[in-house]
Amino acid sequence: MPLTAVNDFVIRFANVNGSGSASANEMFARAIMRMGIPMSPRNVFPSNIQGLPTWYEVRVTEANHLGARGGTDIMVAMNPQTYNADVASIEPDGYLVYDSTRAMPPGKPRTDINLIGIPLTAICNKEYSDPRQRQLFKNIICIGALSALLDMDITELEKLVGEQYRSKEKLIQPNIHALHLGRAYAEANFKCPIGLKLKRSDKVGDRILIEGNAAAALGAVYGGATVCAWYPITPSSSVAENFTKFCGKYRHDPATGEARYAIVQAEDEIASIGMVVGAAWNGARAFTATSGPGISLMQELFGFAYFAEIPSVIIDVQRAGPSTGMPTRTQQCDLINCAYASHGDTKHILLMPEDAAEAFEFTAGAFDYADRLQTPVFVLLDLDIGMNHRLSRPLQWDDARLYDRGKVMTAADLEAGKDFGRYTDVDGDAIPFRTYPGTHPTKGGYFTRGTSHDARAKYSEEGVDYVEGMQRLLRKHETAKGILPRPLRHDAGKPTRFGVIYYGSTAPAMHEAAEILTARGHTLDLMRVRAFPFHQDVASFIADHDFVFVVEQNRDAQLRSLIVNELDIDPVRLVPILHYDGTSITARFISAAIGDRLDALKVTPLRKAMS
Amino acid sequence: MTYLTKPKFHHPSLPKNALGYTRRDYEAATSTLCAGCGHDSISAAIIEASFELAIEPHRVAKISGIGCSSKTPTYFLGASHGFNSVHGRMPSVLTGANLANRDLIYLGISGDGDSASIGFGQFAHALRRGVNMTYIVENNGVYGLTKGQFSATADRGSKSKKGAVNTDNAIDLVAMALQLGATFVARSFSGDKTQLVPIIKAAIAHRGAAFIDVISPCIAFNNHPGSTKSLDYVRAHNEAVNALDIMIGRDAITVDYEPGKVVEVTQHDGSVLTLRKLNDDYDPSDRLAAMNFLQQEAARGRIVTGLLYVDGEADDLHRHFNTVAMPLNQLNEPELCPGSKALDKINAGLR
Repeated sequence: MPLTAVNDFVIRFANVNGSGSASANEMFARAIMRMGIPMSPRNVFPSNIQGLPTWYEVRVTEANHLGARGGTDIMVAMNPQTYNADVASIEPDGYLVYDSTRAMPPGKPRTDINLIGIPLTAICNKEYSDPRQRQLFKNIICIGALSALLDMDITELEKLVGEQYRSKEKLIQPNIHALHLGRAYAEANFKCPIGLKLKRSDKVGDRILIEGNAAAALGAVYGGATVCAWYPITPSSSVAENFTKFCGKYRHDPATGEARYAIVQAEDEIASIGMVVGAAWNGARAFTATSGPGISLMQELFGFAYFAEIPSVIIDVQRAGPSTGMPTRTQQCDLINCAYASHGDTKHILLMPEDAAEAFEFTAGAFDYADRLQTPVFVLLDLDIGMNHRLSRPLQWDDARLYDRGKVMTAADLEAGKDFGRYTDVDGDAIPFRTYPGTHPTKGGYFTRGTSHDARAKYSEEGVDYVEGMQRLLRKHETAKGILPRPLRHDAGKPTRFGVIYYGSTAPAMHEAAEILTARGHTLDLMRVRAFPFHQDVASFIADHDFVFVVEQNRDAQLRSLIVNELDIDPVRLVPILHYDGTSITARFISAAIGDRLDALKVTPLRKAMS
Repeated sequence: MTYLTKPKFHHPSLPKNALGYTRRDYEAATSTLCAGCGHDSISAAIIEASFELAIEPHRVAKISGIGCSSKTPTYFLGASHGFNSVHGRMPSVLTGANLANRDLIYLGISGDGDSASIGFGQFAHALRRGVNMTYIVENNGVYGLTKGQFSATADRGSKSKKGAVNTDNAIDLVAMALQLGATFVARSFSGDKTQLVPIIKAAIAHRGAAFIDVISPCIAFNNHPGSTKSLDYVRAHNEAVNALDIMIGRDAITVDYEPGKVVEVTQHDGSVLTLRKLNDDYDPSDRLAAMNFLQQEAARGRIVTGLLYVDGEADDLHRHFNTVAMPLNQLNEPELCPGSKALDKINAGLR
């Protein structure tokens, strides 16, 4: 019995990297969104330039499950190189769409799936003579065929073609023609639609489709960043590239055309963070975007900025490590490295957005937190959030919002006789005042250094001065807890001994897993941690439960370690649930891992079992 | 080295500059370097140059790395903002600071360890970007703070205090700076204040990347026979190609020069650099010739000093970026934030 489902299936395109499939696949995904059906696309791509496999997966999900599901219901196998493995990965009773122009590659055919052979190459060769056209239109013809097979509204595809080629009108008709070639072939040769169907819905609402990296870049524009220094590294490069694009659009003086920003592609990550620290010291809002290897390289200056108390914003789009690791695969593996970055006793502010909307908000906020707390602030994205389009609530900005520049003493303050001690805690929040260099001819100058200093920024090796400074830095982190985004708690509504803590890109899979577990009879309270240092609510949440599962995407349970270390929690009470193979974490994985443990703990009374 | 703090009071007859400041206003804490250290002479030259240029001390950012040389910003321009960064990273910190506020004067203070070894990359990239700065390397060919190891500018064949002979080739930072496109390149000697002070003044007035390599003998670890960075050696092998007078635009030129013996370069800020030729064949506006000349003289064991190259039409990083005239650190919400209407439009385009 072939799989049947309406608005609830996973389709996967297996392509050859660089064949022009990306834009066709994206158009397919967008058409589903335009039909009002929530969907969640994911790029799966290896670390190379051209000619190797790449996959594009679209999870169609009326129920709004935007995490990865796992498994494939319909495979569009366009890459002979991965054909056998792709076919093997199809769910039983699923569908295989393939190019039937030539004989199928050798391999044991599966009898438990449904074959849909479309002679794509033959159709193309008959229609087009130019080799490049044949390649590009093949992707479009395929999408056209799928539109019939899945009952997709062809007018949505036609509209998208019109939008995509608005500036190259010549290309609109040929593309629409190609769509119809595929659609007509499918209608003529198969019973359309197949068991998997799309049906117009209204579940998308006002949501937008955006990549986390683009949202973070917009956050930097809205948050008032004027200096960006960066070094190209996957998966973070598109943060700086998007920042460049948005600044080009929104940050030029309308009268003179001059730029209200400066972006330097630095010689390496060390220079990037050096520029950020220099610019921030001098009063500009500055940031860098990088990934794990860059975080390792920047360590020394993180410690400097922590100790000399210089605001700086670091966007870390995490990828699988250690070393070069899997540069195009996702993980949450830089937590510890960022939280305690650099030699000596250091601690840093971490923000952990769950999606693009929070990537925007937290990045914009990071500049306020950095200025307010005068310390480095890390925005921890990951490849899953950063490099995939995801449905997200619309980005919002309150025009009444002012930038919080923190405690900056002005020339007028100094002139009025305010006492300035660069590292003096004047009002008990452990945050001192600073001046921007050049503020006042005789007052407000100070020496910035990485060596130990007293409360007035004078070099000092006196133990008392050093300890006082280090203690104040700790107290500053206490202040931070009240400022940073709070953890979000969602209780099950009935008493339970079990809780779950999770963060970042794990969120959508976790929410779906909670639904699955509820259906399985398990009750769980949820807490999504959004910042480090941890708010008191995290400790309270753990205290309220006997056991708390900590779900994360790394091998060593890094968030769990941070919680144990910072909140003095008995490790036995924190059960690690770890997913770190480089693929996006799924609800299936989480619900199985937690469910199996809970099942084992669930003691069914003997009488009930016998009855 | 002296442990006595300098008295704060001024003699009433101390000369004042155009801003009414005396030299003492450009001084700072007492040096803790070894007595006789060349670096202290360079600090004195920076003080003198700043006094003569009538710079407002608080409009200077003095930024350094790590090492003996990088300690010196504590010993000059006490009213300026100092930034003693990490080893080898002064150029990036300075670049960022410069981007944030184009209106300050940036003095980058570094040493041969800081710039020719750990920071060689940042040295190169700051120069090739044309950051508007005066980048001074206090070059003694030796690691002083760690007691006498060779640095990357130590000449091949030179001898350490302990008797070891350097077998590595030396990095010539001036040759590098010329190749990398610095628009003002000079070399001087800490013991020659007459030459050094006008060079620093001209470098500060230069809009673009100005690099000065100052040979600065290390009294403690590199002033022995067999060293090519000792006082005696540098004095004996110094070949100055020109002597520089700098005229700030408004000043009338009052000195008479022998015809044919003078090169004049007018810089963007209106300052006129008047170079008295000491070597008739040397043309400081010819980058290629400068590179050749340096190599030839180096092969002969000569240390070429003077203003070696200057481009009066130089540009800086802000010009390349076409940044607004107002310093970036003074821009606020109205200039920086596109606002909710623009965001609504962005949202609409993503549906």
